[in-house]
Amino acid sequence: MDLNLSDEQKLLRESAERFVAESYDADHRRKMANDPLGFSPAVWKQFAELGWLALPIAEEFGGLSGGAVEIGILMEAFGRGLVSEPYVATIVLGAALIDKCGSTAQKQARLPKIADGTLKLAFAHSERAARFDLAKVATIANRTAQGWRLAGGKIAVLDGHAADEMIVSAHIHDHQGPSGRIGLFLVPAHTPSLVISEYPRLGGGRACNIELADVHLPEGALLGDGHGALPAIEWAVDRAMAALGAEAVGIMQTLLETTLEYTKIRKQFGRPLSANQVIRHRLADMAMQVDEARSMALRAALKVDAEPVERARAASGAKAKIGKCARFVGEQSIQLHGGMGVTEELEVGAYFKRLVAFDTLFGGSAHHYRRHAELRRAAAPV
Amino acid sequence: MDLSFNAEERTFQGEVRGFIAKNLTDKMKRATALTPSVFSDPDIGMAWQRALHRQGWGAPGWPVDHGGPDWTPAQRWIFETECARAGVPNVNVMGVKMVGPVIIGFGSPEQKNFYLPRILSGEDYWCQGYSEPGSGSDLSSLKTRAVRDGDDYIINGTKIWTTHAHHANRMFALVRTSDGPRQQDGISFILIDMKTPGITTRPILTIGGDHEVNQVFFDDVRVPVANRVGEEGKGWTYGKYLLEFERGSGIASAKLREGLKAISELAESDLTGRAIDSPDIAARISEVEVDIDALEMTELRVLSALQTGQNPGAVSSLLKLRVSEIRQAVTRLGADVIGHDALAVEPMRPLYKLNHEPAVPEDMLTVVPEYLNGRAYTIFGGTSEIQRDIIAKMMLGI
Repeated sequence: MDLNLSDEQKLLRESAERFVAESYDADHRRKMANDPLGFSPAVWKQFAELGWLALPIAEEFGGLSGGAVEIGILMEAFGRGLVSEPYVATIVLGAALIDKCGSTAQKQARLPKIADGTLKLAFAHSERAARFDLAKVATIANRTAQGWRLAGGKIAVLDGHAADEMIVSAHIHDHQGPSGRIGLFLVPAHTPSLVISEYPRLGGGRACNIELADVHLPEGALLGDGHGALPAIEWAVDRAMAALGAEAVGIMQTLLETTLEYTKIRKQFGRPLSANQVIRHRLADMAMQVDEARSMALRAALKVDAEPVERARAASGAKAKIGKCARFVGEQSIQLHGGMGVTEELEVGAYFKRLVAFDTLFGGSAHHYRRHAELRRAAAPV
Repeated sequence: MDLSFNAEERTFQGEVRGFIAKNLTDKMKRATALTPSVFSDPDIGMAWQRALHRQGWGAPGWPVDHGGPDWTPAQRWIFETECARAGVPNVNVMGVKMVGPVIIGFGSPEQKNFYLPRILSGEDYWCQGYSEPGSGSDLSSLKTRAVRDGDDYIINGTKIWTTHAHHANRMFALVRTSDGPRQQDGISFILIDMKTPGITTRPILTIGGDHEVNQVFFDDVRVPVANRVGEEGKGWTYGKYLLEFERGSGIASAKLREGLKAISELAESDLTGRAIDSPDIAARISEVEVDIDALEMTELRVLSALQTGQNPGAVSSLLKLRVSEIRQAVTRLGADVIGHDALAVEPMRPLYKLNHEPAVPEDMLTVVPEYLNGRAYTIFGGTSEIQRDIIAKMMLGI
C-alpha cells in the first residue's frame, strides 16, 4: 500500500502542467471558443508526440500501457487550462471500447492510428429517452444481407463533429427479431444518412446530436462478436467518470487559486476581502472540498480495474461527491468575485461552466448517489 | 501507487487479527459497543492498553527507541483498521497520543525515563488541562497561574472540559508563568500529579447523559519545577504541537465506517421497519459512505507522505474538521434511522452494566446519546471555526 507518485508519474505531471501552462492561456481559450473545430489540430499533434495519446493503449498496438492514475494526472493538468482537445472522446472512451470489445483486426486497424494522432473517435450512446440509464438503448441495428442497418438517434456525443469514426450503440435485431443484446458499431463520419447536428459545448469544446435514419453498414462494422457490450460500456463510462473527475479537480484547483488571489487584492471597507472571517472560512471550505474531490478522483482511478460492483460504486461515489464539490467551489468562486464573477471578462465563468458540464455529464450527484445506494445490495458490507 | 496490500502486509494483517482474537474479550467488546461517550472507562481501556503493551504495540506512533513498534505507514493503517473492525476499546489517547509525543519531543531525559514507560504500560492515566472557563477558542488567554517558589511552582486557577479527570492520576497542563507582550508568551507546559493537595474535581454531565468531562480547581497546588516540560514560557509551542497530534495524526475513517455499518445494519433490520427501503435514507447512507471514502483516501495520502512520529502540520485541521462533521452525520443518520425508538431515554450508566431490561433493543441504546454527545465533536480540540481559521492562515496563506 502506497499512495505516493512514482518518479515516472511525477515527471508526467510536471510535463503536463508545464505544457498546459505554456500553451493554454486565456487568448488561446478565447480563440478556441470561437473556432469551428473547438480545438487545435496542432495541439493534438503535440499530444501524440508527447506520448499522451498512446498512454493507455497496449504496447502491442503502439501504446505505453499506462493506467487510470496516469490518465488522471494528465486530466488534472488539462483541467487547469480548460483543455478542449477530444481526449476523453478518443482516448478514454473510444480507444478503451475498441480495446475491450474489438477483434484483433479491428484493434490493429485503429489503436496504432489513435496512438499516433491520425484517428479520432467519438462514443455515441446517450439517448433522450434514456436519461442517464446506460442500459436503455432504443436505437436498433437490423441484420441485412450485406451487414447492418441502423436506425435511431443519439444526443450529447462528445466531440462527434471531429471524429473520423463514431462508436454507436444499438440493440441488435438478427433475422429472428430482437436479440436482447446491445452491440457497438463503427460508423465512419461520412456515412450516408448519418446526420450530425453539432453545437458548442457548455464550458468549451463541442458536441453533437446524431440521427441515423437508415444507415447501412458492412458486416465488419460490429465491434467484436457483439457480446458483452453493455458491461464494457459501463466499464468505459466508469473510467471516463474517473478521468473527468480528475479534470474537475484541476479546474477547481485553478478556481480556488484565482479566487484566493482576488480576495487578497480586492479591497472594500479599506481592507482586503480576505481579511474578513466569513470570506476566509468560505475559502477554507473550498480548499477542503477540492481536497476531498482529489481524494475521490484518485480513489476512482485506483479502482477502475476492480470487480464491477466495487468499481462502479467507486466511480459513482466519485462522480456524486466531485459533482457536489464542483458546484460548491464553482458557485462560490463566482460569488467571491462579486459582479465581475458573472461577466465574460474574467475566466472564472468559463471554468465554472466546465464544472457544470462535468456535473451533468453521465448523470449528476443525485443520480450517482442513487446508483451507489442501489449497488449496495450487490456489494460487500459497507 | 497501490491501494492493495503486499504479501508482508497481509502477513502483518493476520498477526493483528490473531492478536485481537486472543486478547479482545467479549466483555471488552460489549462494553465498547455500549459506550456512547468518546473514551472507554479506564477498567476497559487500560486492560486493552496492557494487552497492547505486552505485544510491544503500546504506542504505534512513537519512535522505536522509545518503545514504538517501528511500523510502516501501511502497518499503522492495517492495525487501526483491524482494531476498528473488531471494536476494540478506545485507549487513553491523552497519554499515548498527546502528552507522549510532547515528552518525546521536548522532555528532559529524566522525564522521558520516568513517564514514557508508565504511559506504555498503562500505569499512568492522563488528563489534559487546556481549556478554562474564560479561555475556550481563545486558549492562549488562559489565566491559571504558576508562581515560582524555590524549586516549586504554586498553581492557582481552574481548568474545564477535562476528560476523565475523575479517573486520571496525572494531568498535563498549560499554565501562565509570566505575562509577555503577546498572550501566547509566558505559558508553560507542566505535568501535575492529580493527588497533589489542593486539587479538586467537579463532574460535568453532558446532554447525552454521560459523565466524561469535569472542571478541575487548583488551590495553592505545589508542583516541582522539574515537572515543567521544555523551557519556561514556551508552553504554547509545545501545546500547539500536541494539538496537531490530537487533531489529525490518527486514522479515523475505519472507525467511522464501522459506525456507519452499525447504522446500516439497523436500517436493514425489521427493528426499524427496514428504514433502508426509504429512498432518502438509502441515499443519505450512500452520501455518508462516500464522505468516509474521501476521508479515507485523504488519510492514506497524508499517511503515505509522513514518516512515523512526524507531526502532520496544518493538514491535521482539515482532517479534524472532516472527521468531526462526518461523525456527526453518522450519528444524525442513526437517530433518524431508529425512528420512534429515538424517544426512549436510558439514564443509567454504564450501559453495559444495566441491571434492568432497557426500553429499546440493546443495538439502539447508544444511538441517541452518541448523537447528543457528538455535538461536541465540532467543539473540542478546537472548534470547526478555529480549524477554518487555521486552514485559511496556514494552508491558504491569508
